[in-house]
Amino acid sequence: MPKYVLRRVLISIPVLVGISIVLFSVLALAPGDPFEELATNANVPPEVAQRLRAQFGLDDPLPVRYVRWLTALARGDWGFSFQSRMNVDQLILQRLPVSLFVLGSAYLLALALALPIGILSAVRPYSIFDQIATTLAFIGFSLPTFFTGLLFILVFSIWLDWLPFIYRADIDATGWRWLAEHARQAIMPVAVLGLFEGATLTRFVRTSVLEVIRLDYVNTARAKGLSEARTIGKHVVRNALIPVVTVVALQCPTIFAGAVVTEQIFRVPGIGSLLIAAILASDTPVVLAITFVYSVLVVAFNLIADVIYGWLDPRISYA
Amino acid sequence: MAGSILAFLTPERRAVVEPRVTSLASEAWRRFRRHRLALFGGVVLATLAAVLVVGPLIYRTPMNEIDFKAKLRGPTLAHPLGTDDLGQDLLARILYGGRISLAVGLVAMLIALTLGVLIGATAGYAGGFVDHLLMRITDLCLSLPQLPLLLLIIYLFRDFVRRAFGPEAGIFFLIVAVIGGLRWMRVARLVRAQFLSLREQDFVQAARGLGAPARRQIVRHILPNAFGPVIVAASLDVAAAIIAESTLSFLGLGFPPDIPTWGRILFDAKDTLDHAPHWAIFPGTAIFLTVLSINYVGDGLRDALDPRRVLPS
Amino acid sequence: MDEHEVREWIRRVKNGTLSRRHFIEAMMGLGLTAPMATQMLVSAGVARAQPKPVGFTPTRRGGGGRLRLLWWQAPTLLNGHFATGTKDQDASRPVYEPLAAFDPDGNFVPILAAEIPTHQNGGLSRDGKTVTWRLKKDARWHDGKPFTADDVIFTWEYAADPATAAVTVTAYRDIERIDRVDDHTVKAVFKEPRAFWYDAFFGVRGYILPRHLFSAYKGANSRNAPQNLKPIGTGPYKLVDFKPGDSARYEINPNYHVPNRPFFDVIELKGGGDTTSAARAVLQTGEFDFAWNMQVEWDVLRRLEQGGKGKVLNTTTGNIEHVQLNQTDPWTEVDGERASVKTKHPIFHDLKFRQALALLVDRATVAEELYGPTGQATGNFLNAPARFRSRNTKWEFIVDKANRLLDEAGYRRGPDGVRLTKDGKRIKLLFQTSTNSLRQKNQAIVKQACAKGGIEVELKSVTASVFFSSDPANADTYSHFYADLQMYNTTMTSPDPQWFMNQFLSTEVAQKANKWAGRNPTRWRNEEYDKLWNAAEVEFDPLKRAAQFIQMNDLVVNNVVVIPENWRNRPAAVNLKLGGMELSGWDSDLWHIAYWHREA
Repeated sequence: MPKYVLRRVLISIPVLVGISIVLFSVLALAPGDPFEELATNANVPPEVAQRLRAQFGLDDPLPVRYVRWLTALARGDWGFSFQSRMNVDQLILQRLPVSLFVLGSAYLLALALALPIGILSAVRPYSIFDQIATTLAFIGFSLPTFFTGLLFILVFSIWLDWLPFIYRADIDATGWRWLAEHARQAIMPVAVLGLFEGATLTRFVRTSVLEVIRLDYVNTARAKGLSEARTIGKHVVRNALIPVVTVVALQCPTIFAGAVVTEQIFRVPGIGSLLIAAILASDTPVVLAITFVYSVLVVAFNLIADVIYGWLDPRISYA
Repeated sequence: MAGSILAFLTPERRAVVEPRVTSLASEAWRRFRRHRLALFGGVVLATLAAVLVVGPLIYRTPMNEIDFKAKLRGPTLAHPLGTDDLGQDLLARILYGGRISLAVGLVAMLIALTLGVLIGATAGYAGGFVDHLLMRITDLCLSLPQLPLLLLIIYLFRDFVRRAFGPEAGIFFLIVAVIGGLRWMRVARLVRAQFLSLREQDFVQAARGLGAPARRQIVRHILPNAFGPVIVAASLDVAAAIIAESTLSFLGLGFPPDIPTWGRILFDAKDTLDHAPHWAIFPGTAIFLTVLSINYVGDGLRDALDPRRVLPS
Repeated sequence: MDEHEVREWIRRVKNGTLSRRHFIEAMMGLGLTAPMATQMLVSAGVARAQPKPVGFTPTRRGGGGRLRLLWWQAPTLLNGHFATGTKDQDASRPVYEPLAAFDPDGNFVPILAAEIPTHQNGGLSRDGKTVTWRLKKDARWHDGKPFTADDVIFTWEYAADPATAAVTVTAYRDIERIDRVDDHTVKAVFKEPRAFWYDAFFGVRGYILPRHLFSAYKGANSRNAPQNLKPIGTGPYKLVDFKPGDSARYEINPNYHVPNRPFFDVIELKGGGDTTSAARAVLQTGEFDFAWNMQVEWDVLRRLEQGGKGKVLNTTTGNIEHVQLNQTDPWTEVDGERASVKTKHPIFHDLKFRQALALLVDRATVAEELYGPTGQATGNFLNAPARFRSRNTKWEFIVDKANRLLDEAGYRRGPDGVRLTKDGKRIKLLFQTSTNSLRQKNQAIVKQACAKGGIEVELKSVTASVFFSSDPANADTYSHFYADLQMYNTTMTSPDPQWFMNQFLSTEVAQKANKWAGRNPTRWRNEEYDKLWNAAEVEFDPLKRAAQFIQMNDLVVNNVVVIPENWRNRPAAVNLKLGGMELSGWDSDLWHIAYWHREA
């Protein structure tokens, strides 16, 4: 088992290097200019903009920049933001807790919805419950998150005036009030993201459980005369757990990407909104670092899913 | 492998079908018809498509005539879906934009499908080193962060393609190429899995034994069998591409402002949501209905093409 | 207006039936400078109004609670000398202060200076080369160290050093030396006589840095200064926490050098998002107290205002939204360069055609439909301060007149109604601008009117970051101007037009030779204009100098080098109870932050 894990980790490394090359090349061909705002400012002489370009090493050839970036990354130096003039890792670390809090809550919400609904739907396929759940799930993932986000703001902030729609990272309060304020402002982004993700997950969970239910040994168990509840409790759920857990792990990174839109709408100061701001400002080191972080997350969760899967399913051996 | 798990999880893999294609089709249609929501989705989609194709021929109001006196009006006789903040007719814009939005979805899906079938078939048929290499590339692409990369590429290259191919065509090609180019991996995996399970089966072996050339084997025997799961994946890709395009437009990175795709109209309408909701609600509903119908149709197809599927009695 | 009338006006200011602002504006309209008008009031016994908010005025420091500010662009660093936009200048302003600021009328207000240097107090030398500053004696840095002449001298050394790559370098590099007269007096000596001396140490470009914290970070090492993100200043508020690209938090400076100020205990500045929702948060839901630079269509703003929580304040600036006419040929390549100065624009070389085009720009509709009170239609390129505004120009929108002019000039209409050039080619103009909903609508309005005049216009919009970039390799920038027409907003960053008006100098032509870094994208070249501009630089008589700038404006407008469209205000969304802002178009929105307060 440890050998298998090690092998999988080793395989991930060339994948990550490949990804980094793709990302770097895409960015290097960028026509934008990180110092564009300076160019419109009548009082800033062009020499200054040129000097800044040189200072940040923007005039070197592409492979030189890539190798420099990669070796620096290996040393733990993530680069320097043109816009903020601070280290990229610090910048990302500052944003990460908020992102994790919002995304984590959203994912928990999604799981809390998807697991029971998905399993119940699968146990009674095409029942009234399943029909309703299916319809709602389809509606859920057919509504783009930006549209639901806007509707939420319109209804809950503007018409009802219940919830704030601008997310503030530091709230001027302590104790319970601090907690309550944070919870209050997180409701809308978490709900938008959680409902969308939950709808998708429900479908996955339903499919996975349905797969197991149809397997022969379940029928055997039924034929043996075991009660339906026992069959489901003992045989189905346990076995369905394998694909469900894997799906839950595999789906996890997608919520990070989905968060880009939500963070933008509600001004959540997470890494998704940082990414958009950095893209629009052509702040290459930040864009590179964040997209790379996303890739690492995807690879890592794939790895976790594989390992869990292998661990849970006795049919796979690691010889 | 992550891929094998994905393939395992999707029921499509079980659609190992006997090569009786004609009876299969009628059986599938019979099953599809019983899926009422899928049928409903199909009808809605067909209607939408018909309206988008025929609509502009009948409805002659120009989509870009500015009339400040009539701006932000709700539905009236002159403007059945109301007007936007320049007084432009919304129905005309939605009809025009819908063609683009649907075209984006379809073309992006075709690109994903073509790439996926090519790569999957090559990997599955060739096996060995080629298979290994292609699957590594597939893994790599699966690990790319989709939305961020999509944003990035479009942001970086849209001015370039606009210069090269003109404002409308350039952005269109870029968007469909990037969306399609980031979505072929699932199809590739499905096709490859199909190959692996079919390659050793009797009828393919028989064909090989009779000396059928490789391409003929692939085209005649293996691909039709992979058709079921692939068509399902493809239908869902259309929906995903439509959403991706509207998200891009919403973030201000999609089509230019004078090309009113549904996402773009929604983006323009968001500031006046409270006092001119019609402006956002019509294109929003259009996106929602289209995507919902496609998803239902995909679901129906999945049921119809999987003979082992439990169906409502 | 005769002397009698002026006296009557002064009387009305005295008894309060006429505001000081109106009086000064009226006098400036007569060609007087604002300080002169102020002087008239002073000698008539009307005291200079210290910023005097109506209603409640705080009488002691602190106790105001929390002030919530919303900037839709997030500040990314807090050193005004590295600011990549107003956002950074604004977010540093509660902490850092200049020696003097600009009030809404462009007057000088001493901040860290004890008084404004003038000829009367000996601060300005007769030869126009030296400026002597007397500094406040009771100001302290937030870490307790005293503020002295050394900090002022250091700020000059720091910003003027090219290796620092400060964006404020132009304000400082023409100072030859600064002498330390005593602890609180410095004497700045310019290399050349300068009429426009009020740039260094003024407003957003004048933030004084603490020498004891920055001396190790001058020159190439400047980017490593921890204070770029954690500033220690002399201002009314101290920085508590800064999250680049998101938010900043400040708390009251209990030792601020102005008695009984400031009022608020804590300021929160949140950044990012989009303009409209920022306006919403102030006007409609009241989640925030102040939102900056509301570039939102007026119609939307007006509706949000009905939310009843806030109002829109319009600040006069010198910013001008205008259409530029390429004077060179963007469609012919000469020596590997399009739009070379060696070419002439195939159609625009004809003044009649340019005049017809000006008649086809419907400034009234643009102003009414798009900008509302956040701007006004104008025929002038140089609109503010009022003493520089020309009264000799006019503008009109008459399609028939344009058609007549074009017919007379020999541009026949082709079979499809589109006019032909004199050698029979269809006239089609490419009109580019940056992507921005107001601009796209503005383009559409121009296009429609041009169609009526038989001129086909193709619209193009370029992403703002590309359009305004300084990348010499990108042909889509405004400085390459590879189109026939283009439109954008030129901002006037100082109440003096010297810098602003250099964008029509023949020495500033943007071309390959200077990597398109020149400031003149229309590539218009005119000897008379150049002479006027050079003369204004060394003209010390304010009246003569104003006349020179008015002449320059008239040259540009009458030759239709540009078609000025809208003189833009800077709108801000403000909570109804907030007072004391005195927003100035010549300085940061937060220049007066020490005096902001909330009425009960």
